[in-house]
Amino acid sequence: MVAVGSKCRVCKAPAIIDLPRHNAHFCADHFLELCRRQVVKAIEKFDMLSKDDRVLVAVSGGKDSLAVWDLLIDLGYQADGLYVGLGIGEYSETSGEYARAFAAERGLHLIEISLRDEYGYDIPTAAKATKRVPCSACGLSKRHLFDKAAIDGNYTVLVTGHNLDDEAAVLFGNTLRWDVEYLARQLPVLPARDGFPKKVKPLIRLTEREMAAWCIVRGIDYLVDECPMALGNKHIAYKEALNAIEQQSPGSKAAFYLNFLDNMAPLLVGRSAAATDGLQSCRTCGAPTTGDQCAFCRVAEKASAHDPVPVELVLGKGRGRR
Amino acid sequence: MKVLLRNPRRELEIEGRRNVNSLLKELELARESHLVIRNGTLIPGDAELTDDDVVEIRPVISGGA
Repeated sequence: MVAVGSKCRVCKAPAIIDLPRHNAHFCADHFLELCRRQVVKAIEKFDMLSKDDRVLVAVSGGKDSLAVWDLLIDLGYQADGLYVGLGIGEYSETSGEYARAFAAERGLHLIEISLRDEYGYDIPTAAKATKRVPCSACGLSKRHLFDKAAIDGNYTVLVTGHNLDDEAAVLFGNTLRWDVEYLARQLPVLPARDGFPKKVKPLIRLTEREMAAWCIVRGIDYLVDECPMALGNKHIAYKEALNAIEQQSPGSKAAFYLNFLDNMAPLLVGRSAAATDGLQSCRTCGAPTTGDQCAFCRVAEKASAHDPVPVELVLGKGRGRR
Repeated sequence: MKVLLRNPRRELEIEGRRNVNSLLKELELARESHLVIRNGTLIPGDAELTDDDVVEIRPVISGGA
């Protein structure tokens, strides 16, 4: 039973969610409407997408990527999905099942790539072979494969499910280090250039709590369990710190990130070396890179020559390094 | 009431009426990083819970960047 007083701000029906940053409660229908409005606002303000675009959505089986795919279809965009099998034991097997089920139930097209089958390695092995933190090997591999799939498939835009919490946490980390190079690049739209697809983040105005709620209200099954290799990473610690501030002062996360985009990012234009550096083709795969061989091919060469490493082995070592 | 927690998955039995916000506070869980679900439906922070309820407290923080 919902307590008296907990009514939707718009229609006064019983509320299903409280959103302190909006100082309001919402029923299911008006909560969904709010999410749609926030996505449309982000898309329009940053000129992210048009209805003519061929959109590829990077899908992990988690709440954010499935929610953004669902939202884009709901808003009338043409969007296919891309799932990369990372080989992180049972976690990857289950995440793939969620992505496939989502696409199948809605008649959507899902492209699948398996790191182990197509490139001869997986993330636990890459982390061990290259002595990288697992999240670094994972991010690098995914970025390369997302770019390649978008270019090869003639998609005009690559969409990722990065939400307000993700972007605020990255901004927090970059600001703690005053890393101007990274700050200058932390934009919700990266234009297509030199063999890279246009990349956009339509969820930057929505929190991950709101995205999880979107999935629950829309009946989207997603992988709730956290990646075992990400547990305890810095990104999560930054999110927890920001949430502690948010609890005391609702709206702080949105102000931190969205005001950065409005007030600070324009001052940093041209401060990113990557925007001006000359690129050449990777000698192995032909992808654009600043060196002779791209980082993905360097990792793939080392990792594919290494005996497969079970995820449990890397978990122990990874936690020790953090 | 029966409370299902995730990451790691576990169950707690808690007695006595209280609202969702009080339950989260008792369990030292941040409201901003959790949702509470009863019978497949989201419920807000001021929803009252009773001994007969079965609720899931679902974490929403994920680690990928």
